[in-house]
Amino acid sequence: MIDQDLSKVTPQVYESKIGVPYTWWAGDTATRFLEGIRDRGELWATRCGKCSRTYVPPRKNCPGCFEENAEWVQVGPGATVVTFTVARRPLAAIPDPVPVVFALVKPDGADTAMLHRIGDVDPEKVSIGMRVKPRFAAERKGHIRDIECFVPEQG
Amino acid sequence: MGKKRVAIVGTGQTHHKSHRPDVNGQELIHEAVTRALADAELTIKDIDAIVIGNMDHFEGINYVDCWSVDGSGGTMRPIIKLTTGGTTGSTLAIGGYHMVASGLFEKVLIIGWEKNSESDTTGAITTAFDPIWDRLVFAGAIAGLAAEGQAYMAEFGITDRDAARVSVRDRKHAVNNPYAQLRKEVTIEEVLESPMLSDPIHLLDVCPRTDGACAVIMASEDVAEKICPVPDWIWGTANRHVYTYVGDVNLGEIDSMKNAATELFAKTGIREPRKELDVIELYQPYSFAGIIWIEAMGIIPRGKGSEYIWSGATDMGGELPINPSGGVIACNPIGATGLIRCAEVALQVMGKAGDRQVPDVNLGVSTGFGGCFWTDILLHGKKKPE
Repeated sequence: MIDQDLSKVTPQVYESKIGVPYTWWAGDTATRFLEGIRDRGELWATRCGKCSRTYVPPRKNCPGCFEENAEWVQVGPGATVVTFTVARRPLAAIPDPVPVVFALVKPDGADTAMLHRIGDVDPEKVSIGMRVKPRFAAERKGHIRDIECFVPEQG
Repeated sequence: MGKKRVAIVGTGQTHHKSHRPDVNGQELIHEAVTRALADAELTIKDIDAIVIGNMDHFEGINYVDCWSVDGSGGTMRPIIKLTTGGTTGSTLAIGGYHMVASGLFEKVLIIGWEKNSESDTTGAITTAFDPIWDRLVFAGAIAGLAAEGQAYMAEFGITDRDAARVSVRDRKHAVNNPYAQLRKEVTIEEVLESPMLSDPIHLLDVCPRTDGACAVIMASEDVAEKICPVPDWIWGTANRHVYTYVGDVNLGEIDSMKNAATELFAKTGIREPRKELDVIELYQPYSFAGIIWIEAMGIIPRGKGSEYIWSGATDMGGELPINPSGGVIACNPIGATGLIRCAEVALQVMGKAGDRQVPDVNLGVSTGFGGCFWTDILLHGKKKPE
């Protein structure tokens, strides 16, 4: 007869064997921006013909006016820190050694800020309103880390 | 019946393709949305709420309702996500119908989309199954359908040649649909000679993977006829889910369809669907379903489906054309697929279906199916219900 004492049962645990190899198409609009940073070290934005809002990352259509953003304008390279934080605990999601400064930076001429990092500076010296500029990677592959980080404009 | 009667007043879809490298997800969505707004002669400012959905895990983007607002028009508007696997598109339609029928929202924009080229379909679909009992012995998305085909074949003695006739029909119909991904006629022999994927399903028996989006605008009876001279009225909807473990399902008979269709036709007063319906857009991911599921829907007695298909009754020009669009076998952006069925029936009722138009459509049915053998079903009509 089967032993009725459930305290003697050790629950089994299964590890997932599922891996989904995602790939994402950047699309023509994002690709134009990514080629700009890869090939020429330039930042390009799209502008709405109706409300004149200038978007980085570039949007194919204006989310507010809901019309095609037909115009491309070069922005930056100078940019302003809108807000930031200093990540001080190592996490699997952060591939680099901490502390890492995450910041929203708004390139000159753009109405929106982009997420990136601040480097080449003591984290305690970073401030909102600080002027920064992109530092491009030596080897560029057509993705957002072709901008290695933003660094102080002076110095 | 809700507080308000509900009609579809506009539809839009992308030209569906296997890959859309030129656009990201938001941009793909935007194409369908702008086409639906143009069709209804509305602007995004006229929209009171948005319902959006796609397959969980397919693009690896979890908060699609938030992430997609650039393309959906959801910026600073009420927006919710619904996702129910293969039935996502039809669930979106039912959810949008509920929102308008409740009287709380007058004009609702409904969006289904998928960039199927961005992931591994079987890997993502496997996450729908129980991790302890089914996943470790799971054989992929096609195998469950194949097991249904086998069960039905054993009971009624049909063969893969009978099923191939369904695939020939849908692929022929797709030639008339400029939005379909696969628009090439095939012969019975070509279907039978195509590679066997999972017995008894050949490559040409089954749906492709597609990038595409579809948008539908529903409006309440207070404004529907002002927006659209011939709107597509939703007469009723029903849905059923049947299982937790694969072994729970009655393979070969699809109880969810039988149950949902019975409820739908009872509450809308349809006594003889075969005679009363003018068109069906069936979410039919593989050819055998074109036989088995129309029996479960009550179109034809059990065991008689194959004979009915061979008679040509479901071809264009027949007594009850099924899948004038070419259906799922010709085009399958999964999160949009069920909504495309709904939009296609709307086009038929509105008389806007172009080369795939069935003459004089007064009543039509669209359905949704999910890999766990669940069913959504909607009844559409030219006449305002009641």
